[in-house]
Amino acid sequence: MQELLPNVKWNKVWEATVETIYMTSISVVATFVLGIILGLLLFLTSKGNIYENKIIHAIVAATVNIFRSIPFIILIILLIPFTKVIVGSMIGENAALPALIIGAAPFYARMVEIALREIDKGVIEAAKAMGAKTSTIIWKVLLPESMPALVSGITVTAIALVGYTAMAGFVGAGGLGNLAFLEGYQRFQYDYTFITTIFILIIVFLIQFAGDYVTSKIDKR
Amino acid sequence: MIKLKQVTKTYETNDSLVKAVQKVDLSIAAGEIFGIIGYSGAGKSTLIRLLNGLETPTHGTITVAERNMNEISGRELRKARQEIGMIFQHFNLLWSRTVQENISFPLEIAGLSKKERLNIVNELIKLVGLEGREKSYPSQLSGGQKQRVGIARALANKPKVLLCDEATSALDPQTTDSILDLLVDINQKLGLTIVLITHEMHVIRKICHRVAVMEDGKIVEQGKVFDVFQNPQQSMTKKFVNQVIEAESSSEMIGNLLNQYPKGKIIRLTFIGDTAEMPLITNVIRKFDVSFNILQGKVSQTHGGAVGTMFVHVDGETEQVEQSIKYIRQQKVKVEVLTDARITS
Ligand SMILES: Nc1ncnc2c1ncn2[C@@H]1O[C@H](COP(=O)(O)OP(=O)(O)OP(=O)(O)O)[C@@H](O)[C@H]1O
Ligand SMILES: [Mg+2]
Repeated sequence: MQELLPNVKWNKVWEATVETIYMTSISVVATFVLGIILGLLLFLTSKGNIYENKIIHAIVAATVNIFRSIPFIILIILLIPFTKVIVGSMIGENAALPALIIGAAPFYARMVEIALREIDKGVIEAAKAMGAKTSTIIWKVLLPESMPALVSGITVTAIALVGYTAMAGFVGAGGLGNLAFLEGYQRFQYDYTFITTIFILIIVFLIQFAGDYVTSKIDKR
Repeated sequence: MIKLKQVTKTYETNDSLVKAVQKVDLSIAAGEIFGIIGYSGAGKSTLIRLLNGLETPTHGTITVAERNMNEISGRELRKARQEIGMIFQHFNLLWSRTVQENISFPLEIAGLSKKERLNIVNELIKLVGLEGREKSYPSQLSGGQKQRVGIARALANKPKVLLCDEATSALDPQTTDSILDLLVDINQKLGLTIVLITHEMHVIRKICHRVAVMEDGKIVEQGKVFDVFQNPQQSMTKKFVNQVIEAESSSEMIGNLLNQYPKGKIIRLTFIGDTAEMPLITNVIRKFDVSFNILQGKVSQTHGGAVGTMFVHVDGETEQVEQSIKYIRQQKVKVEVLTDARITS
């Protein structure tokens, strides 16, 4: 092992892995919540729905589309002033979080909207006919009925987020991307680049596996 | 129980006005099974959705169980809806919930405790005959079973009215019959008022007490099912009635029969009411020296009596044949003698 990877210091790799997992987990959770809120807003205000409202729908849709279109690496730079206010620093794993969440939530919000639109209109109508409140319809019909799609959507988003954390690493946030950049790229230690790739792949596979497993468990269609 | 006065519903689409329901007056008594029949686009779904406030009328007043459905909204409307059950053509069950949980859903909406819910759900599962399938998901059930879940769910909050929007249209004839039997059963057991819409006359025939025929958003004819069958007024109604009581009677078919039986007479009998059950044929054969051969026929039971038509070949001495036909006429059965491809009475 030592011969194959002469420069690798395992405690550094491990530390970076933990940082990557930390950044990914926090941003996935926040993206999940924010994306569902935005997705619900998009869905409920769309034409023919419970809170049909052209203006709100147009505003949310435009915001989502704009943030979804900005390349992530540019978004990080754009958000520097904002991040400084919120996190207080541009270095370290927390510094990446605002950009990660703002980059991923609109992406996920669209998936949520699509998932909600796939729900059979008749089921929503049946709930209304039973006298359900809108909040009941959201919690007991919309979210449970779209859950498999919401989970597979967050799986895809989480994998994208692992990639984003690596990019964020190039501009100062910690994690495996940062390690690959500092040790692998800048100091020409190819074994670092290789080992960080392997670790990122493992994380991605684990996320995919967990996502698929949960989706298949909850999908009763 | 249900009263509609001059109810009109107009939809505005981008380029036109659709008059889905026009000036409908309707009165449905408590405990009645009331059928509404019409072809696609007649406005049946719109009409039934007006009854539980899923649509609001453009004009007119709608009273269901003493509530003015066109005036209430918010909490009051939701409360009213809990007392109006509804079942759907495509069942509209939550696939993420088991049978038990689906039936429990309206009870959750009504705010019952878990224990209360379980008791009611178990009772309902027995009522609709789904014992043993409590933990199944909708995807594991047949169409008929899904509709049973739909019915149980609609009954959970002990409604006074049950609305059925094409509840059997996605089911095969046998399953349709079993669901209709279940509806009659709960109508009798629970004294529930049922409003049923359909485009199939045999559904009306089988379980409805009264029927309204809808065409282009208007009710063109209504009355007791048996009366409507006996004496349909509008051409639309006649078409529907013929769906059920007419044996196939194209001029081609009649021509074939006449060629096949050059001797004797071919007659068409139309039964209405009790006569259909009378042992008419036996009597004719006993009384007269004729052979009496049923070629084809269709007799159906309605609420209030039987209706149907039958083609019969009568053969024997001309005198005897004439006598027998006269006898049948006396039994209040409509007799038509077929000569050529036309019918003369
Ligand atoms: N939301 C809507 N917006 C515009 N037009 C509508 C709407 N809902 C129904 N209509 C129109 O109203 C008319 C009656 O529709 P409705 O669904 O009540 O017919 P139906 O008798 O139930 O037909 P089917 O047997 O096909 O279900 C149709 O012409 C339909 O196009
Ligand atoms: Mg319809």
